[in-house]
Amino acid sequence: MSCTRRDLLGASAAVPLALATPALAQSGPIRIGMITTLSGPGAALGNDIRDGFNLVVKNAGGRLGGLPVEVVIADDALRPENGRAIAERMVRRERIQVLTGIVFSNVMLAVAPVVLPAATYISANAGPSQLAGEACHANYFNVAWQNDNLHEAVGQYVTQQGKRRAYLVAPNYPAGRDALTGFKRFFRGEVVAEQYTRLDQLDYAAELAAIRTAGPEAVYIFLPGGLGINFIKQYAAAGLRERVPLYGPGFSFDQDVFPAVGEDALGCFNSSQWALDLPVPANRQFVDTFEREYGRLPSLYASQGYDAALLIGSAIAATRGRVGDRAAFAAALKRADFQSVRGRFRFGNNNHPIQTIYMREVVKDEKGRIVNRTIGTAFEDHQDAYAAQCKLT
Amino acid sequence: MDSLLLLEQALNGLTLGVMLFLMAAGLTLIFGVMGVINLAHGSLYMIGAFAGATVTARTGSFALGMLAGMAASALVALALELTLIRRLYARDHLDQVLATYALILIANESVKIVWGPQPIFLGTPEAFGGSVEIIPGVPYPAYRLAIIGTGLAAAAFLWWLIARTRLGMLIRAGTTHRAIVQALGVNIQALFALVFAIGGALAGLAGMMAGPLLAVQVGMGEQILILTFVVVVVGGLGSVRGAMAGAVLVGLVDTLSRAVLPVAVREVLPPSAADQVAANLGAVAVYLLMAVVLAIRPQGLVPRHA
Repeated sequence: MSCTRRDLLGASAAVPLALATPALAQSGPIRIGMITTLSGPGAALGNDIRDGFNLVVKNAGGRLGGLPVEVVIADDALRPENGRAIAERMVRRERIQVLTGIVFSNVMLAVAPVVLPAATYISANAGPSQLAGEACHANYFNVAWQNDNLHEAVGQYVTQQGKRRAYLVAPNYPAGRDALTGFKRFFRGEVVAEQYTRLDQLDYAAELAAIRTAGPEAVYIFLPGGLGINFIKQYAAAGLRERVPLYGPGFSFDQDVFPAVGEDALGCFNSSQWALDLPVPANRQFVDTFEREYGRLPSLYASQGYDAALLIGSAIAATRGRVGDRAAFAAALKRADFQSVRGRFRFGNNNHPIQTIYMREVVKDEKGRIVNRTIGTAFEDHQDAYAAQCKLT
Repeated sequence: MDSLLLLEQALNGLTLGVMLFLMAAGLTLIFGVMGVINLAHGSLYMIGAFAGATVTARTGSFALGMLAGMAASALVALALELTLIRRLYARDHLDQVLATYALILIANESVKIVWGPQPIFLGTPEAFGGSVEIIPGVPYPAYRLAIIGTGLAAAAFLWWLIARTRLGMLIRAGTTHRAIVQALGVNIQALFALVFAIGGALAGLAGMMAGPLLAVQVGMGEQILILTFVVVVVGGLGSVRGAMAGAVLVGLVDTLSRAVLPVAVREVLPPSAADQVAANLGAVAVYLLMAVVLAIRPQGLVPRHA
């Protein structure tokens, strides 16, 4: 069921012989494995990561770090066992040395034991706490965030805004509970209730009535994908949007969701390490070229795919294509010597970002589109809570 | 919990129940008449929502979108009946499940090819955008009341169709005495195709009505299909009246368990543990209901030939 697609990028671009280094003697482009979610409810996320990544390759004429690359793309369909099977094929049979693209943490945790002993993995989304803490690995890098970061940021921001009573909603599964833990790590007020909902829940009327009765000063939701769309639509329909501000991580409030919720998302606040309007030259170029290429605005997922490609490119350039020399390649990655679309960016000891987390408000832009506008920062140089448990330096 | 809030939550349960009824009615009608378990019913729901949302976006009219959604689902259902489903009547349920499961996969990928992987927009129609103070002091979304109205209208229409028309008579006769109806010169194949299309139209209506409240996205059908099957089993396989009873009961149990349990559990447990326990109990409430009904009344609440 795992449909495999190969985007042969730049295979036709002839490699001038003069440029071929000894390490490239086996010739052919450097192959990068992208395991991502392209079917099922999470497809829009994987789609954006892939498009962001491919945009960098395409802009450079099929190259990363000056050398031709081939991106081998496979769909995990949000199934850990699929991801694992694809990883085994890519790493053991096809001898691919650099992998990226996984969207969901449960897939990531299934794939990590297969990939990390034999290849380098650059995460463009999933950031489970294990891989940031005790199970951190010299061959594992995360260019997006540790899972808790965006939740922590909203907890911090809601506290900064002087809100004292918060009502929390998340699905009843590990990532949902982790999200609320992240929020509570920095929220200093009273948690009115932690409402855990079903992972397949459609109707939130019962929860919305409970929220209205409880009368909190802020509502925080972590409801990924369709769950968030259902909630946001129903929150607005119940007339709560005007009464209690709704907060969430950027996952529920970005360009993958806006076309589906429309004006119901206006006025909601969310956190992200990236924003459409960040005044960084690299970001302007990213947003412009993305919109021209795909005819839509990029989401934070697309920005992460784009940055993953830039990061890999920087390490390919620094090692002159010797991606198989894992120690040298990891050292080059760790320098993070690239112009991130989010501005300043560096890795901590555990190969996870130390970065600014912004707060954004959902507004209508001058063209009438629903977009995020940056309204402030929750954290500067923020590092995750697990870095101390990681033995890497 | 005060009584007004409880009343509001009961109304919320009724809305969810009516939404489930629109789905369950078509599913159970098809099962009752043809004996086919159609897993792809959720796909017809999805197609109705996508087609309806597209037409609504183009024309600006929710009513036109609703007609288009129902028409699209009915046409797809008809095409499926003519090409595939009619070959399955004589085969056992496992074959039907397998074939219609394949249809789910095909439908999801086809919708993704046509509309892309991102969820699309369907807003609340202007006329039902506000809220009505049906319970004093509690503004209730008008659109949810519209859902209840639509569901009741659909139920009335089905009752009229089945109990009062010649077509309904044939449907009832075809259910129980298929061979005799055929011997009397009725084109039973055409009848079945028509019933399948009616079931499809109901699924399309359900998708369109759910659209303003739920995400219109690939795979939306499977999410509601599971609850729909619970409704059909609780109500009695093949019984439209059973679907109504089952849908309302499932809607009420699901909503009230989520509304009452968190408050009730907090009375006995510390807050940190209570939220988690309440969520776990709430998640199984509907399935517990199904298990109890199956144990006491295996034929369902309102069986087909009661």
